[in-house]
Amino acid sequence: MSIFGLFRRRSTAPVARDRLQVLLSHERAVIGKSDLIATLQEEILAVIAKHIKVDRDAVQIKLERGDNFSTLEIDVEVPSLAKTNKAA
Amino acid sequence: MAKVLVVTSGKGGVGKTTSTAALGAALAQSGQNVVVVDFDVGLRNLDLVMGAERRVVFDLINVVQGDAKLNQALIRDKRLETLSLLPASQTRDKDALTEAGVERVIGELREKFDWVICDSPAGIERGALLAMRHADLAVVVTNPEVSSVRDSDRIIGMLDSKTLKAEKGERMEKHLLLTRFDTARAARGEMLKTEDILEILSIPLLGIIPESEEVLKASNLGMPVTLNAPTSAPSRAYFDAARRLNGEDLEVVVPLERKGFMSRLFGRRVA
Repeated sequence: MSIFGLFRRRSTAPVARDRLQVLLSHERAVIGKSDLIATLQEEILAVIAKHIKVDRDAVQIKLERGDNFSTLEIDVEVPSLAKTNKAA
Repeated sequence: MAKVLVVTSGKGGVGKTTSTAALGAALAQSGQNVVVVDFDVGLRNLDLVMGAERRVVFDLINVVQGDAKLNQALIRDKRLETLSLLPASQTRDKDALTEAGVERVIGELREKFDWVICDSPAGIERGALLAMRHADLAVVVTNPEVSSVRDSDRIIGMLDSKTLKAEKGERMEKHLLLTRFDTARAARGEMLKTEDILEILSIPLLGIIPESEEVLKASNLGMPVTLNAPTSAPSRAYFDAARRLNGEDLEVVVPLERKGFMSRLFGRRVA
């Protein structure tokens, strides 16, 4: 540890500043992103619903947020084509 | 033209009500007509800090719902005739505040006063949103402490998206008021520095109010600190903040507790 380290250890304010900067840069990004993901989810489901009957309960949505990228996983149960035809 | 100012913070206990009373009394002492409006329905305290708790008959909710006229609910300050208070209701819940009703009341207040200062409740719920809804400018009260800075960041985001001004695509004017500041601890690196907070929140600084015994003494007596101890360090900081709200360009200093010209001489430069 350098001599500056000894001094730095005493003051807690720089730690507070660094923690805030990291946290807020993440929170600001996430607030923007979550809207985009929600919009994507709605629009993707709407497109699918145009072609097949989608049961909302049979839709699994998983979202994983990472530092570099997030993944949105939409799992839609498609009824067998025969059934769909019968229903129509 | 009247200006509607919201005093907000997100976090509770940082000094919104104290600052609303102090800034209101400071602006009123400069001869402008000022009304301070308590939006903290169910947990009103501005009446207590202003020393008007025994004079409340009607409140904001009564006026919003049309049960009382605005003039019946307004309480004129006994010490400053240019200062009035519109108290919140202590018994009703926040849902009694309607958007249309608040809009009408703010419109009426704009006709009567030069400054309409809205004391926001803590949090980011309905009451806080309605308090900021019609504002022309905002004072964000922040303590030099991590949770307060984080909540202020959130509130700044809401001021930029949930207010009428923001929805019209106009820029919401926002000012940072740092309260409970301890110059000595900041110098020792035990407290977030002013520059760091300004860099993180990136809104201009309206003033730095030093931690002081005078603030509690004044609220014990039901006096805005700028009335009870006008030459004290926090009051001088509030008076300077009020002058900046009126457009004056003043250097921001943290006043020291000692009175007289010595403190002016040694007032520490910070930004």
